Amino acid sequence: MLELASTELDVPEILTRWYTLELQNNFGAYIPFVGIVREEGGISALSFDVYEPLLRSWFDTWQTRAKEKGAKIRMAHSKGDVRVHASSFIAAVFSPKRRVALEFIDEFVEDFKANAPIWKYDVLGNKRVYAKDRSTPIKGSGILGKSR
Amino acid sequence: MIYVEFLGPIPKESVEIEAASLRELSDILSRDEDVKEWLSSSAVAVNDTLVSSLDTKLKSGDRVSLLPPVCGG
Repeated sequence: MLELASTELDVPEILTRWYTLELQNNFGAYIPFVGIVREEGGISALSFDVYEPLLRSWFDTWQTRAKEKGAKIRMAHSKGDVRVHASSFIAAVFSPKRRVALEFIDEFVEDFKANAPIWKYDVLGNKRVYAKDRSTPIKGSGILGKSR
Repeated sequence: MIYVEFLGPIPKESVEIEAASLRELSDILSRDEDVKEWLSSSAVAVNDTLVSSLDTKLKSGDRVSLLPPVCGG
């Protein structure tokens, strides 16, 4: 249940749609996380590149983990520019009871930040500047730099 | 020939290279001025599966992706 959008996310539409879709599945907890682009450093927007094949396999691994606990993850992310005060990322965990969802949303979002193949850029005027200082090497990075 | 793609902010177009292992590819890319600074911080996927060993063998038609540091959300 991974959705990629080429625009900023329509938060009310997505949260309502997910809620409606999962009502029939008898989950007792629905815990969403909504990421919103903050105004800082003079940016007008953030911009994102996404490598979809690996993002999907990364997400599928998490979905399998969630399923083992009777839970389900939904996620939406933007590609391209997302203006300040709009949303680029929504994740939600549905589970029979609250504890599993509360723990999963924390672990999932942290691993997302560390390992999901998405690259962030600050939009400053007409420039798109890679957010190098806020980026994290994916687990296992660097092997090509070790041969000599 | 293998196909090498440089994802996200790495400033290089995809290339076709002759290399039989990731170790060999590493030697080639470490001489590339556009790419070498990214090697120590990038993850590597072969045919969309992340790999962790330089001894990974490559065969003709394989697609190698370099994934620099990420920041979603």
